[in-house]
Amino acid sequence: MTSKALLSVRSLGVAFGSEHVVEDLSFDVEAGRTLAIVGESGSGKSVTSLAIMRLVEHVGGSITQGSIHFNADGVSRDLTALSDKQMRALRGNDIAMIFQEPMTSLNPVFTVGDQIIETLLVHEELSRNAAREEARRLLELVRLPDAEAQLKRYPHQLSGGMRQRVMIAMALACRPKLLIADEPTTALDVTIQAQILSIIRDLQSQLEMAVIFITHDMGVVAQMADDVVVMHRGRRIEQAPVADLFAHPREAYTRALLSAVPRLGSMSGEDLPRREALTVIENGEPRTIGGNSTQDTARYDEAPLVSIRDLVTRFDIRKNFFGGVTHRVHAVEKVSFDIYPGETMALVGESGSGKSTIGRTIQQLQAATSGDIRFEGKPLAQMSKAEQMRLRQKVQYIFQDPFASLDPRKTVGFSIAEPIRTHGLIDNRRAIDARVGELLERVGLEAHHAGRYPHEFSGGQRQRICIARALASKPKLIIADEALSALDVSIQAQIIDLFMELQKDEGLAYLFISHDMAVVERMSHRVAVLYLGQIVEFGPRRAVFESPAHSYTRRLLQAVPVADPGARRDQPMLEGEIASPVRSVSDEPIILPLSETAPGHFVATEKPVGIPA
Amino acid sequence: MAKFLIYRVLQAIFVVFVVTLTVSFAIRLTGDPALMLSQGAGSITEADLERIREALGLNRPFLVQYWEFISGLFVGDFGRSFMGGTPVINLIERALPATLMLAIVSLVVSIAVSIPLGIKAATARGTWIDQAIRIFSLIGLSFPNFWLAIMLVLLFSITFRLLPPSGMEGPVSFIMPAATMAIILTATNVRLVRTTMLETLRSQYVMVARAKGLSETTVLYKHALRNCAIPLITYFGLQFGGLLGGIVVIERVFNWPGLGTLAFQAVAARDYPVLQAVITVLSLLIIAINLLVDIAYGLVDPRIRTE
Repeated sequence: MTSKALLSVRSLGVAFGSEHVVEDLSFDVEAGRTLAIVGESGSGKSVTSLAIMRLVEHVGGSITQGSIHFNADGVSRDLTALSDKQMRALRGNDIAMIFQEPMTSLNPVFTVGDQIIETLLVHEELSRNAAREEARRLLELVRLPDAEAQLKRYPHQLSGGMRQRVMIAMALACRPKLLIADEPTTALDVTIQAQILSIIRDLQSQLEMAVIFITHDMGVVAQMADDVVVMHRGRRIEQAPVADLFAHPREAYTRALLSAVPRLGSMSGEDLPRREALTVIENGEPRTIGGNSTQDTARYDEAPLVSIRDLVTRFDIRKNFFGGVTHRVHAVEKVSFDIYPGETMALVGESGSGKSTIGRTIQQLQAATSGDIRFEGKPLAQMSKAEQMRLRQKVQYIFQDPFASLDPRKTVGFSIAEPIRTHGLIDNRRAIDARVGELLERVGLEAHHAGRYPHEFSGGQRQRICIARALASKPKLIIADEALSALDVSIQAQIIDLFMELQKDEGLAYLFISHDMAVVERMSHRVAVLYLGQIVEFGPRRAVFESPAHSYTRRLLQAVPVADPGARRDQPMLEGEIASPVRSVSDEPIILPLSETAPGHFVATEKPVGIPA
Repeated sequence: MAKFLIYRVLQAIFVVFVVTLTVSFAIRLTGDPALMLSQGAGSITEADLERIREALGLNRPFLVQYWEFISGLFVGDFGRSFMGGTPVINLIERALPATLMLAIVSLVVSIAVSIPLGIKAATARGTWIDQAIRIFSLIGLSFPNFWLAIMLVLLFSITFRLLPPSGMEGPVSFIMPAATMAIILTATNVRLVRTTMLETLRSQYVMVARAKGLSETTVLYKHALRNCAIPLITYFGLQFGGLLGGIVVIERVFNWPGLGTLAFQAVAARDYPVLQAVITVLSLLIIAINLLVDIAYGLVDPRIRTE
């Protein structure tokens, strides 16, 4: 082994039982540099990180071949050959790891301080007091305000972003030479993601450590990496410096992956959404599907399909001794907008913005506190039971998690046929079967799939099945609530294309609820930006994205990582937490009036409380 | 906290009221203590029986009798036994510690054995160790407690003459009754610990603890076990209640001078005051345990404490 790299992985193989999930994987990590391992689900990237930590044994895997050489302090050690005791001395000390889910990474029953101190005491000769002092310093290092007080708090008292900072502080406690970050920002809101990425970048240069950054997000790769390894089905597809990879991807898979990434700004200069040809990999061969066309489907000359006026939705949460309400979630506050036939109206915002509640209220999954919802001009409040039922048929909902939204004990054919039977659309059994087959083919599956069960399909296929089920009741409006968020980018691009194709053919309107600005830019005709239950900016997509007028919209756009290493911005870090929509009963929110700055482009006039400058 | 305690005390008062009312009423449907007392006394006339009833205060309306019992509770007066006139409080004072000690010893032994075994089974999931632990716990579950008790007596008292067959005299006499109960409790507890632990071991924070370089013992017994505590405490609390009920049979077999034996004799003799007192004490105990369980939740889980 002549390589001077800090970490040298050679011909690594990892198997779970007889299933090989990583095969013949080799790469180097140089001291002080960032290597991004990028891949879609099932690519083996997370398993690779657990193998380096030698933690893969604890989840039922085993290293079947190859070596992992760690060269530090003039010693070269093969991690695959170390005893568990030797490995423990390295873990958390020379090699540390941050995990994906900040909400579950910290032990809920110990204080933040104790969890950091514990790491220090295991690896370093420190008194408890000195360790506590060091823990406080570490929390300051990750820019947690009021570090002294944070030490005594429990994880559930912190937001997701704060927990991830604690996690980083804990990982950096013993000044590791290598930090492995496994999707550290995937579960976070985009502005918080920007904060965490900037902290990791700063501390990396400050502590001169190497980082392995595992992610599925090409935007994050472009912002963070020096070198990139692309993985697919357990194998390395290619490795290159980040600029080369984005400029000249050598392999077809990498090219397909890059072309599928929605890029913020890609629609600049265009008024309408556009369908673009996609490159997909089928049986290892690239193939182009779809074509380019402008999505001119919105029918603004017709009457609005749905009209919402002054919608308010609140939830009572805390009660006092006598059962009186003391606190409420102000999920939606005085929101008004229309959805026209054939248009895609997007609701964007971060956690707690109320975007999902609006969708749920329209679908009558949630009662409104006040306000007016009209469907084709008729107020929901005046509808008879039968009319409300008919409305449930005309408005369909697609959820984020395609795994949880199909009944695992029913065939997909049964699930798709259910709305047809419920609403009595077809009463002949053979005709229903034919319709189910037709719907499956409509969403890119095959008619004979009807007899299969959900577990036999991949995530992307299940989301197609959910779309087929939504189409079954011949809706006019589909509410897609983060329907693309759980999917890999290549699948995501295909589903976006399917959504647009269906809109063109069936004249569907979409209420597209998403936190992903780049996807919203691709799909929408009009966009409403929500903050703490209120619309802060609303208008045609081009106006909102190209001339954002509200500071919060600009902040959201600025925080999105751009999938272009040349556009790496060393911008000042965005500060501040996401404000909470929970208010005490006497504390009514101020309703921000909207003013029209350009035709159809509305902007809240005042800055809402809670957004830092 | 004060709010919580007031609420719990009110709840306890209500529960005691309902339980005692039901018991006092139900026992009066089962037979006449006067007949029991006069058994074997030769020719008894209805007038004699009436005199006995009057002496015991049984000829008064039910609600008057019940009121007397309830008002006595507040001054620690449980009345006197129909059999021999001993103050009931004295009987309880002797029986309660015997039962409590037996129940606590059984439960503590069971917990001390089932936690390491359950954790071992969880971490060795699917191996022969896990299989062995699960099979033995199934065998333990399948034994009826009275049969197990009799077998232990046959083996250790009659055949080997190692342990006293009955009574409560010194620590040695605890071995067989406590072991009988502990074996049956452990059989369920091991499975519960195993299942809870398997769930917890899947948590990300367990992986994080390992990634920090902590030893496996620290990971399991500090990070994981503490998070298993809520379901375990809930179950152990419920189990203690069940244990007090199940103890009647065990006390009979080992002739243990506890509440179970006392209750058994009281039912047989229609000794209303004693039975009412035993049931009241048991329900108070169960209420107290539930309260302790709730307090323990807050101690082990900061999410509950800081709500």
